[in-house]
Order: sequence, then C-alpha cells, then structure tokens
Amino acid sequence: MFTILEKQALNPTVTRMVIAAPFVARKAEPGQFIILRVDEEGERIPLTVADFDREKGTVTIIFQIVGGTTERLNALNAGDAVCDFVGPLGEPSHVGGLKKVAVVGGGVGCAIAYPVAKKLHELGAEVHSVVGFRNKDLVILEEEFAAASDVFKVMTDDGSYGEKGLVTDALKALIEEGNAYDEVIAIGPVVMMKFVSLLTKQYGIRTVVSMNPIMIDGTGMCGCCRVTVGGKMKFACVDGPDFDGHEVDYDELLKRASTYKEFEAREREKACNLFKKEVR
Amino acid sequence: MPNMRPTKNPMPAQDADVRNKNFHEVTFGYTAEAAVDEAKRCLHCKNMPCVGGCPVRIHIPEFIAKVAEGEFEEAYRIIQQASSLPAVCGRVCPQETQCEQQCVRGKKGEPVAIGRLERFVADWHNAGSCDVPHREALNGHKVAVVGSGPAGLTCAGDLAKRGYEVTVFEALHLAGGVLSYGIPEFRLPKAIVQKEIDNLKALGVKVETDMVIGKVLSVDELLQDFGFEAVFIGTGAGLPRFMNIPGENLKSVFSANEFLTRINLMKAYKDDARTPVFRAKKVAVVGGGNVAMDAARCAKRLGAEEVSIVYRRSAAELPARAEEVEHAKEEGIVFRFLTNPTSIAEGENGFVRGMTCVEMELGEPDASGRRRPVVKEGSEFFLECDCVIMALGTSPNPLIKNTTGGLETQKWGGIVADGQGRTSRAHVYAGGDAVTGAATVILAMGAGKTAAEAIDAEFKAR
Repeated sequence: MFTILEKQALNPTVTRMVIAAPFVARKAEPGQFIILRVDEEGERIPLTVADFDREKGTVTIIFQIVGGTTERLNALNAGDAVCDFVGPLGEPSHVGGLKKVAVVGGGVGCAIAYPVAKKLHELGAEVHSVVGFRNKDLVILEEEFAAASDVFKVMTDDGSYGEKGLVTDALKALIEEGNAYDEVIAIGPVVMMKFVSLLTKQYGIRTVVSMNPIMIDGTGMCGCCRVTVGGKMKFACVDGPDFDGHEVDYDELLKRASTYKEFEAREREKACNLFKKEVR
Repeated sequence: MPNMRPTKNPMPAQDADVRNKNFHEVTFGYTAEAAVDEAKRCLHCKNMPCVGGCPVRIHIPEFIAKVAEGEFEEAYRIIQQASSLPAVCGRVCPQETQCEQQCVRGKKGEPVAIGRLERFVADWHNAGSCDVPHREALNGHKVAVVGSGPAGLTCAGDLAKRGYEVTVFEALHLAGGVLSYGIPEFRLPKAIVQKEIDNLKALGVKVETDMVIGKVLSVDELLQDFGFEAVFIGTGAGLPRFMNIPGENLKSVFSANEFLTRINLMKAYKDDARTPVFRAKKVAVVGGGNVAMDAARCAKRLGAEEVSIVYRRSAAELPARAEEVEHAKEEGIVFRFLTNPTSIAEGENGFVRGMTCVEMELGEPDASGRRRPVVKEGSEFFLECDCVIMALGTSPNPLIKNTTGGLETQKWGGIVADGQGRTSRAHVYAGGDAVTGAATVILAMGAGKTAAEAIDAEFKAR
C-alpha cells in the first residue's frame, strides 16, 4: 500500500496528492509517469509525476477528476492509501543542453509542464512559460511556475485572469518579439499541443509534446497507447511519453482517446453516486 | 492386467452452447473413478517414452501407478519432484505433442490421458491438503527472479526448495505473468494460479509486485546494492506485433495482449468491472495460435454474434493446440483460412467497419518449414466486422536488454543464454520466452528448472 501524505484541492476539479513511494521517488525524473490503482477492484491509470522528493521518498501527482477512478482517488484523504503505485515509467524529458526554452502548459497539463520548467530552470536555461486555462477558477501552480520562469504569461479563454486568449497567441507574440527558442515544450490537451506544433512548425522551432493516451500496463505489453509519430507506430509508455510535436498524428490520438467514452461517463456517474456528489 | 480399452476416458465439459456465454472453466476434470480407470490403461513401458517427451521429465509411469492404486497424494508427490505447477500444466500443456505423443498406447488407439491425470492429481491435492512441501534449511544465499510467469515461478520454487532466499519481482500488480494476464479463466481458472503462487509463498518465496525491473530497479542494482548474488530473468515475450497495414490504429483494433489483459487481469468481463472492454458484434481475430483462439473465445463470451479467426495459412498449419481449435469450433468460432487482411476500414467515430482481405494459396515451404502463403491474384474481398484483434505473436520486452550492461541479445531481442540458462553476464541467468521468443508454458518451466539447477551448481562450486 502507498500512503497519501498530503492532499490539496488546486481548483474545484484538480487535486494534488503527495504519496509515499520511495522506490518511485528514487529514480523519478521530469516527464516520467506512474500507474496507480486506487483499490483491489480498481483500473490502472497513468498519471505523470508532478514532483518528487528523493530524501523523503515521496512523489507528487496532480490529477483532474474526469472519470470513475479519479473520482474515487479524490475521495481519499491524507492518511489513506492506494493499493498500487508503480513507476517511474516512460522516458524522462530530454532537458540537457537547452539554453532557451518556451514551456507551454494547458489546464491540468501544467502539472506535467511544471517539473520540466523547474528542471530547466535549475539547469540554468532561460525559461519562458505560457500557461492557459479556461477561466480564473481553474488556474493552478501559478506561483510555482512563476518562480521557475524568466518570463511568465497566464492566458484564460474568457479573460477572467491574465490575458484573454489562447496559449498560441502568447507564444506567437513571444516568438514575434524575437525570442529564439532552442525548443518549445507543450503539454496539455491534445488540441492545444496540435496547434502549438502547427505554430512552431511555421517558425521551424523544434517542439516536444507529452502524450497521455489510454494505457493498461505501462511497460509496452498491451499496445493500447500506440501513437503514430512520423508515420511509424510508437508506444507512448515505453517510447515516450515525449515525442516530436511536428510528427505526431493528433487527429488519430484524439479519436483513440475517446474509445471508452461512454463507459467512462457511466463509471464516473457510478462513482459520483457512491460519494453522493454532483457530476460537474 | 492393464485396461486395454483403446480410447481415453472422456473429459466431462460444459456444453458448447452454454460455455460460450460464460467464463467458467470449460472442462470439469476427471472423477476419482475415471482417473483410476484411465491410469490402468498405462502399460508401464520399461523405457518410459512419455518421460522423454516431457520438458520437465515428470516420472509419468510412477505417478500413474499411484493413481491406479488410488494413492493420489503419493502421485502428487511424484509429480511435484519434477514440476512446480502441476495444476497449470495439466490444463495448458500441449500433451499431444509431448508426453502423450510418445505414449505406446497411441499407436493403436488413443494414448493414456496423461495431462488429464496430472490435472486430476493436482486438483485432488489442492482441494484437500495444505501441507507445505519440504524445504531445505536456508543456505544464506539470496537470488532475485525477474518476472513471475511460468519460468520465474518454477525457478523460484526450485531454488526455495534448495534453501535459497528467493524474491520474485513482478511488473504488474498481480503475480503469474501470462498465466494471469493472458490465459483466460475458462481455460485456466485464476484461483488455481493463485493457489500455485500461495504454495510458493509457503515455501518462503517473496513476491514483490509493482516492480518493473529495468525501470524501478536495474539488474545491476539488484546485484550490487540489494544483496542478490544471482538473478534469473524470466520476463517473457510480452511485446505485441502489429501488421503495419492501414487502419490498424482505429479505435476498435486491439492487440490480443490488450484485449486479453483487460479481460483476464482486469476482469473486464464482469458486469461491475471498472476497466472497460469493447463489446463488439462481429469480431475478426487475425492469427492462428493459442492466443488467437483465446481472444476469439473471449470475444464470443462477451456476446459477439460472429467471431472469426482470419489465418493466412490453412487448417493444417494452425499453430494452436488441436484441443483449443476443436473447442473454438464447437463454440461457434468461424475459421477463415488462407485469408489475410490488407487494410482496415474506418466506420463511424473512428471505429472499425470491416477489413479488406485477400485470399492466399500455399506455395513453397519457407524457413519455418511451412508452406509459404502467397496472394491469389484478384481475390480481394471485404469482410464486415466492428472489431479486429491482432494475435500475430509477441517479442521479448526490451526493458531489461536496454538497462543491463553487457547482456548479449539476439537481433530480434531474445536474451542469449546457453543450455543451462547462463547469459553473457556473470551471475545473470535467463530462460523462457525472454530467451526463446513466444513458446509454451511448459518449455518456460523447463528453462526455469534448468536455470535453478545451474544457479545451485554455481553456488555449490564456490
């Protein structure tokens, strides 16, 4: 069992948990993920490592409540435990040698983008961060991001916080201002990663995106997480989760992500009823 | 006098039309009377050809003699000297190409039902007894076993019996490897796998789940930092193959591994399961091995109206066991031989609406000795289906290879090991599918057993 040491609601649908998982903490690097099961009946879900503390043996996860499993996970509190927590899985993000980087985060994807920005900052790179949310209530990790960034911009769809607009608007402005990035790292909804990649392609800036497809084992065994990258089949769990943003087939990715949509909606409703909470 | 009836005692089974709607075990196993009667068919040949056909060299005539006498527990002890997982092997071994193929009774009639007798003896033991097998005093040596499939479990059991302190590392949340995630409940009930694993734990074997060796810890760390003096790698062949044809990434195209893992490991066939599985109307399973049969029969049990096996060679070349093919046919699985898909067509919302296939003919024998299938000109046709399952075989997972310095591997990914399971690295042994590529449970067990002997010899020689 893996004990939850801290729990914090970052916004109404996003929760941060610190989990005691010494073996995961020992090796975890930004960009890697874990797979957890809430309890003995639970499904396996992948979540990206948001932070880790090797000395304390803890790993931080940040998740959005989107389905039955995340609903059940969110019903647990500090002192409770999840029955499985395996990792670190996948390849770490390649951050070495980068001097000037734009990190783009969208929604809960910021939880994954943040440790990458932090690592780059620690390595002495100039970090420009652009984060986007639907509205003010959903903003997460603002202080943390700001502390790891030389330039920091918050965008909201409705203009209720930061600037009104999309992350691509802000990124385009930064590029147009003459910022020459070695690399753009974009982590967020598939649609966002697609449009960031389309934008950076125009400017010829290398772009890395992080995949979060459906998975079961996370070790290359099931092939469920397959993604087409540069016309070739890749497994996000072992070949990724980071891939060249200009080569990913986003439309296929979007379709595949919806394979179990109806089942997931039912499961969430079941879980919600279980906790007598309203479906948001 | 031996019983000279030319046929085996029949195996009682669920009716095909009933069982293809549930996940309970297909066959019920022999009664004690049937077992004793079957055992009396054994001629007790002096040269014991059946033993030569068994990869783990079970003393077959000896255990059968005990069954004939009604001494079932004694029979179990004889099997157990050679096999760590008798209840599993009695169910999934291809006896027809091993022990039973060598049986003299098979020359005029059917061979003795060795597999059914093994299963009977193991089930008899598991139902009644809870005593722990004999274990030698701890010898102070620690061995790590990577992977808890048939190879790893056998190696662990044999070493534990010899007094080693053994820890098995499993990547998934449940031990058993392919016995847990691959072979379906109706062919190998998971309670039996669990019982075998509990037996090993009773021998003192530690099982650490959620430990992906190569990620969480490396083989080198096990040897250098965690006090293990030898490591056995039994990580199997878990990486699914695809055909690289258009449409293969459509939503209702699955690897057999994914489909079976959802059903077997995650119990997605149960109504209240939290892991989803796609329930299709018309399913095409591409491939002709045991895994293809398992996938097809699972799809049928999930309620599909039509399930077909699409295989590019003919019935004679099917790699699946004859019994599995027979069971599949009885359950209503359609076989489309000499057929190969060339592309998968997209229907609504990114799901499958069918496959374009071509008919094949058998040409000259290829490297495998089987006649090579070649496309029949102008034979293209469209096969309607809403789900495609790719059961084309698997290759070894590269995780260990990529993270273990100096470990030699074949071009196709298999770990290079000699007849004793010794790899290019000192104190590192390997066996099973990780070495041979996808094969059978019993061959993996044989390799685990051999490696355990070699590890023991290494320590004794020190």
